Order: sequence, then structure tokens, then C-alpha cells
Amino acid sequence: MSWLPVVVKACYFLAALLFILGLKRMSSPRTARGGIVWAGVGMLVAVLATFALPDIHHRGLILAAVLIGVAAAWWSGRRVAMTAMPQMVALYNGMGGGAAAGIGAAELVAHVRRLVPAASDTSPLRPESWTLVALHQAPALGLLSPVTLGLGVLGALIGAVSFSGSLIAFAKLQGWLDKRFVFPGQRIANLLVLLLALLHGAMLVGGDLTMPVIAGFFLFALLFGLMMTLPIGGADMPVVISLYNAFTGLAVAFEGYVLGNEAMIIAGMVVGAAGTLLTQLMAKAMNRSLGNVLFGSFGAAAGGAAQEISGAQKPIEAADSAVMMAYAERVAIVPGYGMAVAQAQHKVWEFAKLLIERGVKVKFAIHPVAGRMPGHMNVLLAEAGVPYDLIEDMDDINPEFPNTDVVLVIGANDVVNPMAKTDPSSPIYGMPILDVAAAKQVIVVKRGKGTGFAGIENTLFYADNTRMLYGDGQAAAGQLVSELKALDT
Amino acid sequence: MIDGFVALYIFMLAAFTGHEIIARVPVILHTPLMSGSNFVHGIVLVGAMIALGHATTPFETGLGFLAVLLGAGNAAGGYVVTERMLEMFKPSGKQPGGKV
Repeated sequence: MSWLPVVVKACYFLAALLFILGLKRMSSPRTARGGIVWAGVGMLVAVLATFALPDIHHRGLILAAVLIGVAAAWWSGRRVAMTAMPQMVALYNGMGGGAAAGIGAAELVAHVRRLVPAASDTSPLRPESWTLVALHQAPALGLLSPVTLGLGVLGALIGAVSFSGSLIAFAKLQGWLDKRFVFPGQRIANLLVLLLALLHGAMLVGGDLTMPVIAGFFLFALLFGLMMTLPIGGADMPVVISLYNAFTGLAVAFEGYVLGNEAMIIAGMVVGAAGTLLTQLMAKAMNRSLGNVLFGSFGAAAGGAAQEISGAQKPIEAADSAVMMAYAERVAIVPGYGMAVAQAQHKVWEFAKLLIERGVKVKFAIHPVAGRMPGHMNVLLAEAGVPYDLIEDMDDINPEFPNTDVVLVIGANDVVNPMAKTDPSSPIYGMPILDVAAAKQVIVVKRGKGTGFAGIENTLFYADNTRMLYGDGQAAAGQLVSELKALDT
Repeated sequence: MIDGFVALYIFMLAAFTGHEIIARVPVILHTPLMSGSNFVHGIVLVGAMIALGHATTPFETGLGFLAVLLGAGNAAGGYVVTERMLEMFKPSGKQPGGKV
């Protein structure tokens, strides 16, 4: 049976290779579909190989847990709406963090169990010298070396924070927790909880391995995840989810080191690094520094008098809008999360197809943070069947707006707000925006005259070349389609 | 057990790999890629299986069981969600507007 461990190691190597190649393929639209399948095969190989390990007990329990976990996640993942994707990613990510923390906890508890007989064997030694015993006899007893212990504790800390934090992020995006919990001295309280968690972790590494310390460590780590996430507003949540994704990756890598599992180390570290970079890209796209997201509060810092808005919003009818676009040469559609909430993307794409049939050049202009995560809007448009080569990023389309005849803004608000450029007192000042105001004509589909998600006024709505098409996104898009069809009859 | 410095090298090279993969990704794939990387750290399931497989006391078994349950959820959920998203990406050549 001595060849078995080698086969298992080879399987882990294959899994790590497939993960990296799969992620690589996922970074291009053409091969992305195959990428997830490659990574999936890697996962399957790794899991089956682990089952074959000779020293694994409780195989029945393992199988039961795997089946329950897979069934529940498969079922929920299949039926969730595309608009709810960000919170599902948060949920599954939290589960991964929880699993990493669970591994850390199980290893620590097992370590304590192995430690006690080790100490009693050498009874003259006082409890303080347990660590010396552990160091000396570590390999023979299967005890953890201080470095391993340290990484295990660190991984458990990060995993626990990611677990409780992701659950809060999920609850917030799901709409179960609308309120931001802010109280005076919050930062100091959070810092205190983090210090307590770190202190307990240091005690564990320093040799004070007792059950109360382990329990305290996990309690404070979980509490810190909760307290860190609670004050963060829904608009900033994508950055936080991405950050926790990177956290879980790191936690998995560290626990992988404790278990001597190379597949976990490599996969976890790749995700840790990729997730960190992705978090930075997202924060940059939203014009928020990571520190600002985690420790600032949105809108609170905005001082000074807000810019005066002159003029009035000028309404337009669906029929006139349809005619305007039907006889335009270039039309750009700027969809926002509001369109997705109204489930209007299918109607919007139907409208765009009719325009294309008439020879109008139609592009979809996507702000990096349209939707709730970078790229979320692309997914929602793809769901409606919009081909990805009609979709333009902000940097590519912004120079084209002056040559665009009509821009149709549907369900977007802050990402087209010129105040981000002109009003230093605005909370979104400095955020890169889509320059739709530069187009010849702008039509904004909007439910009413109120302010957007972030509660900020938008000067675009009052501009001379802007017309407001009031109505629900779904209904307005439907009207545009039928008006356009009526043109030809 | 992996030697400390070898592990350090693995950590470093894997980190560079992850950084390189993301560095050139178009924005339209950020969400699927985040979801895909979420799936990849579902490999934690393997570690959870080992932890449960080595458990001897009921308490450790309970912790291990919970870890396997959560890890399996991470892996399966991450896969389904990513696959569903990527399934929808198609260029305009292939009948646009097709059924999802």
C-alpha cells in the first residue's frame, strides 16, 4: 500500500495544476466556460484522492457531510436569481472561511489532546515547559511545531473573521439587515476586540493551550468579523466580499500548511493573492480606498455647501424617445442596477436588437461598478443574451460619447452623475463616471424624481440635453419596444 | 510535513501566480472570476475531510463534520454559481438572444 500516498500526492499536484490553468482560462471570455470545468475536475480529483487516503477514519460521516453540503449548496446555487449573485458568493465564501476555522479548531483541540499525555509522561516537568516537550517530541507525537501552530492559529483567525463577516455581508445584501450599526467609539471597540483575539492567539502559540483560551480565541475572532462588517454600508459591500474572498484563500493556505497539504497551500495562496488584487481594483473603480471602506463611513465626511442645482427636469414620452433613437446613428445604452431589479434587461436587449435591425450602431456602456460588483452588470446582460462584444468598458466608451447621438440611461444614477467631477462636497466626488452628458441627447429612464441608491442629487437630470422618461424600467423598456415596432407598421 | 523554507517558496510563487492571473483580466469577467476563485478555495473541503478523518474524540468529530459540511457547501455552491454565470457569456456570432 506504500504507493497509495504517492498517488494521492500526484492527484493533489494535478488538482493544483488544474486550478491554476482553470483560473487562467477564466480570465478570457472565450475560454472562461472551460476554465470552471477544468477547476471542477481538479476539485473532484483532489476529493476522491483524499477519500482514498489510508489513515482516514469516519468515512461514512465524511460522505454524509459532503453529500448534505453539496446538495444544499447545489440546490441553492441553481435557483438563485442572477441579481442575487453577489450575496451568494458571500455566503459560499463564508462557508469556506468557516471550514478553514473549523480545521484550525479541530487541529488545536487534537493538539491539546496529544499534549496532555506528553506532559504526564515526563511528569517532573511543570506545565510551563509543555512547549519544550512539544518542540522536542513534536515529530514523534504528531505535535505541531511553533511555526505550524502560529500559522494554524493565524489561519483560524482569518477564517473565522471571513466566516462571520461574510454572513453579515450576505444578510445585508439580502436585505435582512438594512441598518448600519454605528455608535461612538466603534473603531476603538473593534480594535479592542481584534486585540483580544490576537492576544488569545498569541497565548495559544506561546504554549497556553487550554480549552478556555481556544474558546475565547474563536469567540473574539468571530465577534471581530461581525463588528467589522456591521458598520459598512451596502454600496461598499462588494469590496468587502472580495476582501473576505482573499481572506478565506489565505486561511485555506495556512491550514493547508498545518495539514501538509500542497493543493490547499497553492490553491489558497493563488486565491489570496488574486483576491487581494481584485479587491484593490474594485476599491479603485469606486474611488474608495480600502481603509476608507473598512473604517470610514460613507457620506459622513462630506462637508461644505452642496452645489446649487438650477433648471428643471424635462420629461419626454416613450414615443418621442423611440423615434429619436430609431433615427439616430449611434446609440449608447447605460444600464444600472435599477434595470436589473426591474428585470428589464430582456426588454432592453429586445429594444437594442430592433435598433440594430434598423442599422443603428448600439453599444452598451458599463461602469466598472455597475450592478453590485465589478462585472456584475455584464453577467446580467449576458443572462439576457447580449453578446459581450457589444459591451464597452468605461475607458473605451468615454471618448466616444461626444459622437454619440442618443444615450439611454436606464436604472443608473451615481455612475453618470457629473457632480463626481464638479462638486468637491459631493460624497462621490472624484469617482470616475461615464461622461454621458457629452452626448448630443440623453434620455434617462427613472421611476420618479427622487435621488439614487446613495441619496445624492444628480445634475445630469437637469441638463439641457437631458430628457426624463418616467416609469418603471420594465414598463418603460416595453413601451419603447412597442413604439419602435409601431414605427414600421 | 513540508520544510519551512520550501513552504515559503510555495507561498511566494503561488501568490505571484494569483497576481498574474488577475492582472490582465477584463472587467466583464471580474464577477465570474471572483466567484471562480471562491470555488477554488473550496479545496478547503479536502483539509476538512482530513481533519474529520483523523478525529478521535466526539468534539473533534463534531468540529470536523461541521468543517466538511461548510467546505462542501463552498465547493459545490462556488462551482454551480460560476458555471451558471460563465454559461451565459457568448460572442454575437452564436445566435444572440438565445435561451439562457
